[in-house]
Amino acid sequence: MSARLTPILYAVLLVLAVCVPLLGVYPVFVMQLLCFAMFACAYNLLLGFSGMLSFGHAAFLGSAAYATCWLVTAQHWGTVPAILAGVAVSAILGTIIGAIAIRRRGIYFAMITLALSQIVYFVCLEAKFTGGENGIQGVPRGSVLGIVPLQSDIAMYYFVLAVFVLVFLFIYRIIHSPFGQVLKAIRDNEPRATSLGYDIGRHKLVAFILSAAIAGLAGSLKGLVLGFATLSDVQQSTSGLVILMPLIGGTGTFFGPVIGAGVIITLQQYLSDRVGGWVTVIIGAIFVACVMAFRRGVVGELIALVGRKTKTS
Amino acid sequence: MKFGKMTLTAAIALTAVMAASQAMADDVIIGDIDDLSGPYADVIGKGGIEAINMAIADFGGSVLGKKISVMTTDHQNKPDIGASKFAEWADQNHVNMILGGSNTGVSIAMSKKALEKKVPFIAIGAAGASLTNQDCNAYTIHYAYDTTSLANGTATAMVKGGAKTWFYLTADYAFGTQLQEAASKVVEANGGKNVGSVRAPLGTSDFSSFLVQAQGSGAQVLGLANAGADTQNSIKAANEFGIGKTMKVVALLGFISDVNALGLKTAQGLTLTTSWYWDANDETRKFSKRFADKVGHPPGENQTAYYSATLAYLNAVKAAGTTDSDKVMAELHKEKINDVYAKGGYIRADGVMIHDMYVVQVKTPAESKAPWDYYKVISTMKGEEAFGPVTGLCKLAPKS
Amino acid sequence: MTTIFGYPLIVILSQLMLGLVNGSFYAMLSLGVAVIFGLMGVVNFAHGAFYMLGAFGALLGLQWFGIGYWPSLILSPLIVGTIGIVLERLLLRHLYKLDPLYGLLVTFGLALVAEGSLQNYFGSSGQSYPVPSILTGTWNLGFMILPIYRAWVILASVVVSFTTWYVIERTRLGATLRAATQNAPLLQAFGINVPRMVVLTFGGGVALAALAGVLAAPVIQVSPLMGQSLVIVVFAVVVIGGMGSILGSVLGGLGLGVIEGFTKVLYPEASNIVVFVIMAIVLVVRPAGLFGKE
Repeated sequence: MSARLTPILYAVLLVLAVCVPLLGVYPVFVMQLLCFAMFACAYNLLLGFSGMLSFGHAAFLGSAAYATCWLVTAQHWGTVPAILAGVAVSAILGTIIGAIAIRRRGIYFAMITLALSQIVYFVCLEAKFTGGENGIQGVPRGSVLGIVPLQSDIAMYYFVLAVFVLVFLFIYRIIHSPFGQVLKAIRDNEPRATSLGYDIGRHKLVAFILSAAIAGLAGSLKGLVLGFATLSDVQQSTSGLVILMPLIGGTGTFFGPVIGAGVIITLQQYLSDRVGGWVTVIIGAIFVACVMAFRRGVVGELIALVGRKTKTS
Repeated sequence: MKFGKMTLTAAIALTAVMAASQAMADDVIIGDIDDLSGPYADVIGKGGIEAINMAIADFGGSVLGKKISVMTTDHQNKPDIGASKFAEWADQNHVNMILGGSNTGVSIAMSKKALEKKVPFIAIGAAGASLTNQDCNAYTIHYAYDTTSLANGTATAMVKGGAKTWFYLTADYAFGTQLQEAASKVVEANGGKNVGSVRAPLGTSDFSSFLVQAQGSGAQVLGLANAGADTQNSIKAANEFGIGKTMKVVALLGFISDVNALGLKTAQGLTLTTSWYWDANDETRKFSKRFADKVGHPPGENQTAYYSATLAYLNAVKAAGTTDSDKVMAELHKEKINDVYAKGGYIRADGVMIHDMYVVQVKTPAESKAPWDYYKVISTMKGEEAFGPVTGLCKLAPKS
Repeated sequence: MTTIFGYPLIVILSQLMLGLVNGSFYAMLSLGVAVIFGLMGVVNFAHGAFYMLGAFGALLGLQWFGIGYWPSLILSPLIVGTIGIVLERLLLRHLYKLDPLYGLLVTFGLALVAEGSLQNYFGSSGQSYPVPSILTGTWNLGFMILPIYRAWVILASVVVSFTTWYVIERTRLGATLRAATQNAPLLQAFGINVPRMVVLTFGGGVALAALAGVLAAPVIQVSPLMGQSLVIVVFAVVVIGGMGSILGSVLGGLGLGVIEGFTKVLYPEASNIVVFVIMAIVLVVRPAGLFGKE
């Protein structure tokens, strides 16, 4: 049943997404949402589909954001080359961190990613070109290959939406490829996968690098959307946030991370004016609730519910 | 189905939000983006919001037939929050003017958004002089004081008093760096020497290891290029380590709220530069009493600056006959500011609000006769002397 | 002034002393984390929050009830330890059979709740807590200035840390605790109430964190975020020392504090990352940690 319904649902959402500027919703907010959804999907590639919990993924988001923003402001690069450079930076960082972290599993893997991302944070704090606590400000959006200017929020929105859809499809292809099947096998039973002859290390590393690169893409786009790159992008709290997004939405699903990102970003946006500091508390409470009771996440629970319905009907 | 319900609820919520923001669209909206919970929260904070309201009340509550309303938010000393909120209020809430900042880094980020969105931004509390130099633009005004005037006041007084060799404990962001630079220039110009410096992150709670480095430098003066809670903690730690026995501790930016928190026993003798003092004359005392009745203590210089800036803006809107940013900015540059905060103040082409500054010294416990009777004025600097000549770094105010 | 390799002696020794003070906090906190992980398999990311609650216990005890420093040293850990036990019973015990990562995520969430709530009431800037009068002042030793309170902190932490190590590694009670981690059902069969021991262990670990908080209050401003950056360093220390090793945490904590102190003299900008660099190296070269057993 769900196999037939899912493409229809995606189509509906796509239409809605295309109409967003007409609905009067603040485009910058939706773009932020899309960037974080991309970040969450990239993260879930690792968490949900490969079974690796990274505790320092903000390093990839932020390093690409800084790289892109610096290239655009200080070096006057074009928009698209700067984005590609940002992705390259996060991919390289992903290779380095991944190569070290993959040697261990579970808790130790998480700890290594935590430590290495802290190093990235402090480097960003001290380095001259990142502007330290001030960040890189006043980043212009430029244009797509000199043809389509991106100053207007509407133009930028469609650009980000297009990239998001492409990324989403890309992740879908990865998971349904033979490579993706091996990842899932490693997640479910690593010793058996090893005994079947698969190169575990190589698969994990490739997954890690892909996740880092897509996270970097999200970071670069976000930097251009908002016009700045700051320390918040590489901070530990952002790493925590991106763990929560797939957790809320459902780690075993494709759309779960997007829903999770939607919930968190909307919370932060609309609650921060009304309840101020309680946003952190609410997020913490959701974390606890999700782990204790809703381990399958919103989408996971929905699928299970629907599955149960069809079974009894 | 389930997805259908979700989208419907979302649509309803969105419409509600849109409807709410429509109600305010016809008002004249003043936004306050400031540090409400961090190291600078006591300097302006909630008292600043009160000051804005007092100004609106004194102005009459409405301008050009429209009601005046206020929006506030806490930027938590994060440039991304300050800049995002600025942009959002400009795009979505039709804000007409934004004031505040406190944190130089956040203020620079906000002033860039001011230029992008063409919304006047009056920076109060932040000290970094780059706001009217390298980072200047046509929509930014720097109101209360800046690193140039602070250094001209405090550093000059100290070096002339015999304190020749300086070591700096600097807050590690735009403000600290610029304040250290300004003070260093003054020290050298007056025959002193800058021995070294150490940088501490904003909001550091334990300054001991930085102070140890200061002590090791052998300088006569420990210049604190930080503010708010950082200054208070540096002074307390300096006391704990007995730094005062070998070095003179100088707070390059100190507020009356710091003196109050430290207590006169600890703070006595500190030399500070301030733009305003509540006990200066009858007019200031009357204003302070009004403020204190609402807030519980007399206003600090920045809170009064909030009052004055709000009035200046509303006067400019009235004179321009419109809320159009370009016309209002033109009026603001023409305006003469004469209120409880400043007499004969004016806004220069680069955005600095030129007005008199005072070098004061903190009284000893014996000299203080009443609560908050903390300062004795040592000297007055005329505006042009305090803020110095145009540097030429701002394209809007070339050197003549 | 005397110098060694161009650095004033007084600076080196003072930074070392300050490093030792920081190291004492690292040691006490790592101890709690190691005890909880070693005996319960729970990665307690809320440890920094408990440390912060301990400090707030002392602060509020003074502000609201006039309870002084010395009683707070016992009272605050007791109260915070009880809070820890309540949380363990309500939430954590359901997660023991699952991957330790779940425990990490739940405690991470709990830390956010605690820090966020207090931040709402108290802001993020710290409040000061006075040094107890007997311990104020400094000793001028000539080659360095030693604040008396900080000397007390080092002494107290070292005593508490080594006492805890001794109890766990050398006493019968400790042996029982260690047996419980290796084979709980067998121990239960001997008539020992294992669940109760687990609960008390958790409470003990949390109380240790709170005690560190009370000790820290006069040194550092008491702020809701004081545990946040500390907890990451503490985990690095625990990993370096070996995740279940008590001795590893204590020696690792003290050692790291000293190394940080040295780094502050030689290359101050790197002092923040030196812990993590060492941790990354140890994890690659000797994954079980310096004193750990895989």
